[in-house]
Amino acid sequence: MRIADFAKTSGLAFVAAACLAGCANTPPQDPFEHYNRAMFSLNEKLDIVVAKPVAKAYVAVTPTPVRTWVGNFFGNLNDPWIGVNNLLQGKPADALSDLMRFLVNSTMGIGGLLDIATEARLPKHDEDFGQTLGVWGFHDGPYVMLPFFGPRTLRDAIAFPMDMTFDDSWRFIPHIATRNTLSALQLASERARMLGLERTLDEATLDKYSYSRDFYLQQRRSKIYDGNPPLEYENFDLDDNGDPTQTTGETQ
Amino acid sequence: MTGKRFACCLVLASALFGGLATASEESAPDVLVRHVSEEVLAIVRSDKAIQSGDTRRVLALVDEKVLPHFDFRRMTMLAVGKDWRSATPEQQSRLTSAFRTLLVRTYSNALTQYRDQTIDFKPLRASPDDKQVRVKTEVSQPGAQPIGIDYSLEKANGSWKVFDVIVAGVSLVTNYRGSFGNEIRAGGIDGLIASLEAKNKSLEMAQGG
Repeated sequence: MRIADFAKTSGLAFVAAACLAGCANTPPQDPFEHYNRAMFSLNEKLDIVVAKPVAKAYVAVTPTPVRTWVGNFFGNLNDPWIGVNNLLQGKPADALSDLMRFLVNSTMGIGGLLDIATEARLPKHDEDFGQTLGVWGFHDGPYVMLPFFGPRTLRDAIAFPMDMTFDDSWRFIPHIATRNTLSALQLASERARMLGLERTLDEATLDKYSYSRDFYLQQRRSKIYDGNPPLEYENFDLDDNGDPTQTTGETQ
Repeated sequence: MTGKRFACCLVLASALFGGLATASEESAPDVLVRHVSEEVLAIVRSDKAIQSGDTRRVLALVDEKVLPHFDFRRMTMLAVGKDWRSATPEQQSRLTSAFRTLLVRTYSNALTQYRDQTIDFKPLRASPDDKQVRVKTEVSQPGAQPIGIDYSLEKANGSWKVFDVIVAGVSLVTNYRGSFGNEIRAGGIDGLIASLEAKNKSLEMAQGG
């Protein structure tokens, strides 16, 4: 595949260039750590003053089933784009299943409010154009924190305008007021799911920024393996020859 | 707010992280995970105090049902990485104890967030003489995509112990390696121990447990 070779070369060249720019003392995938940290804390502030209050108000005025319908509605609209990406990644069976999901849920699921396709054993997939580029051989490149939209790898940031356009096809609706309403509703719906969860993240980490960065990077990598990344566990009770350095297996 | 999406996985994970309790020592690893999860979640579902965030109660539950099935020394070793070898046995045991406290506090707390998620246990793919297995589960909640939560277990002294939890493809244990590495570079092993202990102290104050 010529495109893959091209992608690999250009990806490597980019990472090399990025490293020349600032790989001195930062983790390999985070040459822009200084900027990223600043953007990370700006995003947190935005969240506190905008997204979180909106999500809280949304939860206060809607019963749970309504929130499920809203979640399903937006989820349904991104199934076609997921299908296109499955096709681009050479998975026609998954692509067909995504198309079926969209047809079933849009009709029998009342415009996508109900996710009956999942019950009919057509599982929801998780694909986007960034992953497609990964499957094609593009390296993910450095970690970048986008204002408001949060973390991406450079590759995903490049794919992001396409993903945002086609994931949420309601953006094509010409009526501005409707579009804005849907936009706000989607923000509220997505953020509402995470309410009460940021506490765990605050508590579990010594450094929220680097923990969430590593989480994001591991997760993107895992998605490209469709959730089954190879995992190897080292045993640091053994030295490099595999001999024990001290007793093992003690549980506290 | 896609950037925050992973936080959701953390809490779902903790619903299960906390999900491992008493089962016979000889039982197969997947049976163990299943029994413990079901038992703990049944208690959470019926306990109003836990649901309203009673830290003491949830800690007691986790301590009794869950912790005996985890190998915290192995987990700490994997979170620390290569520097584990240069730590003295005393440092290793302090690290283990501090990391254990941090994990138990944060994830037990997340158990109080557990509501209407359902868990699907996947069939185990392993041969009887395997010493290390990965038990796969999937957690679903209404209106959201299911999230994979896997447990890595190792057989030691005849019983299976969990030493890693993998949420949406991310190891919650090795994910600490980056930030632990920063601490060690800045202040050595003792610096990491001090940071962990300080973090635990501030959590204890905040939670009053």
